[in-house]
Amino acid sequence: MSLDLKFTYTEKKDTRSGFGDGFLEAGRKNPNVVGLCADLIGSLKMGAFQKEFPERFFQTGIAEANMIGISAGLAIGGKIPFAGTFANFATGRVYDQIRQSVAYSNKNVKICASHAGLTLGEDGATHQILEDLGMMKMLPHMTVINPCDYNQTKAATLAIAEYEGPVYLRFGRPSWPIFTPADQKFEIGKAWKMIDGKDVSIFATGHMVWEANVAEAMLREEGISAEVINIHTIKPLDEEAILESVKKTGCAVSAEEHQINGGLGDAIAQTLARNNPAPLEYVGVNDSFGESGTPTALLEKYGLNAANIVKAAKKALSRK
Amino acid sequence: MEKQSIEQLQKICTQLRRDVLRMVHAVQSGHPGAPLGCAEFFVALYFDQLRHNPDFKMDGKGEDIFFLSNGHLSAGWYSVLARSGYFPVEELKTFRKINSRLQGHPATHEHLPGIRVASGSLGQGLSVALGAAQSKKLEKDDHLIYILMGDGELQEGQVWEAAMYAAHFGVDNLIATVDYNGQQIDGPTTEVMDLKNLKAKWEAFGWEVIETKKGNDLKSVLEGLEKAKSLTGKGKPVMNLLYTEMGYGVDFMVGTHKWHGSPPSDEQLANALGQLEETLGDY
Repeated sequence: MSLDLKFTYTEKKDTRSGFGDGFLEAGRKNPNVVGLCADLIGSLKMGAFQKEFPERFFQTGIAEANMIGISAGLAIGGKIPFAGTFANFATGRVYDQIRQSVAYSNKNVKICASHAGLTLGEDGATHQILEDLGMMKMLPHMTVINPCDYNQTKAATLAIAEYEGPVYLRFGRPSWPIFTPADQKFEIGKAWKMIDGKDVSIFATGHMVWEANVAEAMLREEGISAEVINIHTIKPLDEEAILESVKKTGCAVSAEEHQINGGLGDAIAQTLARNNPAPLEYVGVNDSFGESGTPTALLEKYGLNAANIVKAAKKALSRK
Repeated sequence: MEKQSIEQLQKICTQLRRDVLRMVHAVQSGHPGAPLGCAEFFVALYFDQLRHNPDFKMDGKGEDIFFLSNGHLSAGWYSVLARSGYFPVEELKTFRKINSRLQGHPATHEHLPGIRVASGSLGQGLSVALGAAQSKKLEKDDHLIYILMGDGELQEGQVWEAAMYAAHFGVDNLIATVDYNGQQIDGPTTEVMDLKNLKAKWEAFGWEVIETKKGNDLKSVLEGLEKAKSLTGKGKPVMNLLYTEMGYGVDFMVGTHKWHGSPPSDEQLANALGQLEETLGDY
């Protein structure tokens, strides 16, 4: 049995490659774009930029705190630094450096975080950060973006180069379906309604947008009409899009590769509670660390795949 | 800015000390000890060494830039900034009060002229200064970056990440100064966490190191900064170990950690001000 998917794909690629390609293009467009990386240039796909603009690239060694400070200093001088490392080391390890030197000081630093979430896979829980979105969205001045596939990550990377202010850009390691158009315009803070529906709203971010696309087809087979909204920008959250959708459907599901505590779902709950209380079910990691395994096995074990979104959607519907 | 005589600079130091004491006394909070000890450094830097423009621009293009990493010296920094024309001297009276641009620790809050990054959480300033220095190199701007750190602050690991990086990239347009007063909040650094041989440490990290042994003697401080400047542009970052006395200028405050983070009482303030001539006019 094959599903009638609204969005299909012919190719898979990692979102970090979308970042690497977008970063190179941003560097070609604007000579002020510079790069930094803490000994993970290959993993972050920053090598092409480094090769083309060696004088604008700074290998910091395994010293993330220093990398964040140097980025703030480069921004003072008018540069647009893209500082890359794994999401765990780009947030938890350097939270105070980001808070004081970047967010509070309002520096035009782009924190580029790869290998986020469970889909990092076999490296296990030490590297699978599931708290980064929460930490970053709590910081005043910080914009938080979590695109869904290669094309959207590339578009987001180009968009943040043109935006003035601190940004946290989150992406991942696994090969993932490319299901959004190459020529998309990325608008920071503007949610994208990908599929119209009337029974339940599914708000998804990052890799989970693909799972939401699959879940929509599964629900449709059972006669349930789901609306799928791609929340690529966690902060500022497009509250208007969320409220408009829930006003129509009356219930919602959030889906993210992150702890339920403090993530996208919490932000949506806050919006709904203040404006239009409605049933909301969360698809995310429930107060637990991850473990080693393949991305698919991990998403299944921790309840983060399309089948879990379907289950959550039905539960939300039953609570209307 | 016109060069001033040692006598004139000395008078500014005295006024800076008065400002610091009155500021922390007024709000009964803040850190008087270290800024008293760094008065000569602040004045030598802002009134003699720094090629700067008090008509403040954040990017600092075409001028020298100073960063204060040990942000708790804010009272001293605010005084020298105001006295050198960055903002009105009267604004010093808003220090640490509600709705002020003069936050307890420096911040870009409401765009206070002279401040380019927040500091207070220690150990971060050298990294920021290095980024600013490398930005100058990319811009082919031959002005210098100055930074002051505390000696206790060197206990933060990030400082040594930055130390390694500076030598690796040959960031030779930067002069770092350590306020080497041997005191921190909980006591002498030798008791809290011994820094051992700082000169050897910085040299081992690949820095050019000079020692300014008389950090509360204006002439020595100026000579030290001149010497440091002469060592820039030679492929290595420059470290100026500035031996100061915490609380210098007030007899009952000097040489102890007890005034690191404590304000004087009314009586103590009167006593201290009696030892420091009002030279430029109190705010």
